[in-house]
Amino acid sequence: MTMKTTLKLNLGPQHPSTHGVLRLILELTGEQITSCEPDVGYLHRGMEKMAEKMSYIQYLPTVDRIDYLAGFFYSELYIRTIEKALNIEIPEKAKKIRALLLELNRISSHLLWIGAFLMDLGAISPFFYAFREREMILRYFEKLTGQRMMYNYFVFGGVRHDIDFLEDIEEILNILPEKIKDYERIITDNPIFLTRTKNKGVLTQKTAINYAITGVNLRASGVNYDIRKSDYLYEEIDFNPVIMEDGDCWARYKARILEIKESLKIVKEVLEYLKKSEKLKQNLIKPIGIILPEGEYYSEIEAPRGLASCYIVSDGKENPYRLKWRTGSYYSVNLLRELLVGNYLNDAIAIAGSLDIILPEVDK
Amino acid sequence: MNYLYHLYIEFLQKYGIPKLAGDITFYIIPFCIIAAVLLVVVLILVLAERKLLGFFTQRKGPNRVGLWGILQTLADAFKLLFKENITPQNADKFLFNLAPILVFVPVMTVLGIIPYSSEFTFVNTSTNIILYLVLAMFPVLSIFLGGWASNNKYSLMGAMRAVAQVLSYEVPMTFVILSIVVLASSMNLTDITLAQYSRFGITGWFGIPCFIGFAIMFICIIAELNRCPFDLPEAESELICGYNTEYSGMRFAVFYLSEYAMLFANSIFLSILFLGGYLSPFGGYLSHMIWRDTQIANILVYFEQAFWLFLKSGLIIFCIIWVRATLPRLASFDLLKFSWKWLLPISVINFFIISVYKLGGAL
Repeated sequence: MTMKTTLKLNLGPQHPSTHGVLRLILELTGEQITSCEPDVGYLHRGMEKMAEKMSYIQYLPTVDRIDYLAGFFYSELYIRTIEKALNIEIPEKAKKIRALLLELNRISSHLLWIGAFLMDLGAISPFFYAFREREMILRYFEKLTGQRMMYNYFVFGGVRHDIDFLEDIEEILNILPEKIKDYERIITDNPIFLTRTKNKGVLTQKTAINYAITGVNLRASGVNYDIRKSDYLYEEIDFNPVIMEDGDCWARYKARILEIKESLKIVKEVLEYLKKSEKLKQNLIKPIGIILPEGEYYSEIEAPRGLASCYIVSDGKENPYRLKWRTGSYYSVNLLRELLVGNYLNDAIAIAGSLDIILPEVDK
Repeated sequence: MNYLYHLYIEFLQKYGIPKLAGDITFYIIPFCIIAAVLLVVVLILVLAERKLLGFFTQRKGPNRVGLWGILQTLADAFKLLFKENITPQNADKFLFNLAPILVFVPVMTVLGIIPYSSEFTFVNTSTNIILYLVLAMFPVLSIFLGGWASNNKYSLMGAMRAVAQVLSYEVPMTFVILSIVVLASSMNLTDITLAQYSRFGITGWFGIPCFIGFAIMFICIIAELNRCPFDLPEAESELICGYNTEYSGMRFAVFYLSEYAMLFANSIFLSILFLGGYLSPFGGYLSHMIWRDTQIANILVYFEQAFWLFLKSGLIIFCIIWVRATLPRLASFDLLKFSWKWLLPISVINFFIISVYKLGGAL
């Protein structure tokens, strides 16, 4: 007679690789996971409820905090929704500036992910290497906006002030490709890394679509879905979405590396435009006392962790009646239920890490 | 050792202390020396590792306490010393406290059986190598004890992994050691060292005919030390801190200390087996070359021998730290597979090759 007992394991919230805010209730047979139940909400700040009590301009500085690694995206998303509601056209140069900053931010976010993912796999050095390069970008953001993470730089109708320090971006463009080659040398062909990521946590197209996965995770499974292609900021910019076929951890890693390269291309292209362009002229609207006409407004953006969207219901007052965020990570956390089952504990960490879950984005 | 023994007895008799007292105390002194040296070595090793990791990852490493952060480890040790010792409520209190004590016994003994120089081996038996094998495996017992007694799921998993890992890496290691025993025709570490003597220095080292064995042994030692890429028992991102999750304060420090002491002992062992132990890499000793056959040279040569041994083990430690900075961690099943499917067959082949080589040499 064999006796079967399972071990219930609380992975988190106090666990080094869940960054203090994610709790996974795992059921283990030996070291094999039989069920996984994500428990989120440890970082809940009531971002949506807060919006209902604040005027539109009051809420603007807080949206950067939804995803502190990609602050520009949420700020852009929120502003975009309101601009859409008020029919504001932003000047061409402001569009380009926004696209440039978004792509730089995407690079910094992906760089952090590479470091954190390799840290989850037990390699320490890539973490510091990635942070070194991320630092360059953050320094530039600090120079430009005065803040390293919570930029609050985009405003209704344009940007806060004209872009500057373009030579810093050129330096980033010179240094980063070399460094990415270095990462690939130390990570991509490493046999240990390959055995730990190849065919681990395979996300099929069907599962990905069923779980509403978007962003790099979806594209690494072979679905060509990049909202940037229809985004008005990227209208005249030429780029190719990164599509990988396998859908395993390695594909997700490789897709992010390739996406950084693609983003660098975009940055380069926009930089050429910005260098030639004249001084920014924009008619900013008076932000205090904005009232959205009664109705529902929706817009979306391709954030580093998947499709993000903002949905505002206005009843014609100073603050929104209801505001809803859709964030990519939230769906990735849900996916863990399916993806972790049948895997061993040490692969589970790698798989969870490969999905690029950022908890402030999940909990909002 | 006899030389030192006579020196000691002579020294005591000069002051009228009976020989019996000398006989008894002589075997205590070495362990006092070991304990003192060990602490210093561990302090240096911890600092060296942090500095080197800093260097590899483009940081500065500790540089605030003392000059170049020399006193950083000391400060950390004091901090740990004064920290509260927390015993979890449901832990097996006796075993929980026993584990850190037990972990230190083999470390002290292992350092006693190493020939630091031709006259400086505290415990010199004819089968030192077997003694070493047993003692090097011993810490895993206390790791398991600590993990089990903590009554923590992560600790338990770490402990189980540690046992599985050490058991599976012990087998190829034994085969490699056997091939060395065949080469040297002895199980005594001093004899093994002397068997590697050649007029040209390096050419006599067993690392040259037995280079496959050297590679295997290097890997096995990293695995036995639970260091990256085999640091599964304390995989930080999976098991928090593995078997010592629940340990705090001085008890944690003792585990930490023994880990580094074992690193030191194992690297010395590796350099004895493959890199000629305390023999000079140039054939003759430098002190003999400089001072010829004077009294100074005869004394200095012992220190020079110890210096060579420490230098060789230092290089091995550097490589181990280098490996840690470079590689990600293996998954637990790949780790066992790697041992049983690759290392074990290769080590058997290596044993075969070495036996043929030895036979050919005899013919």
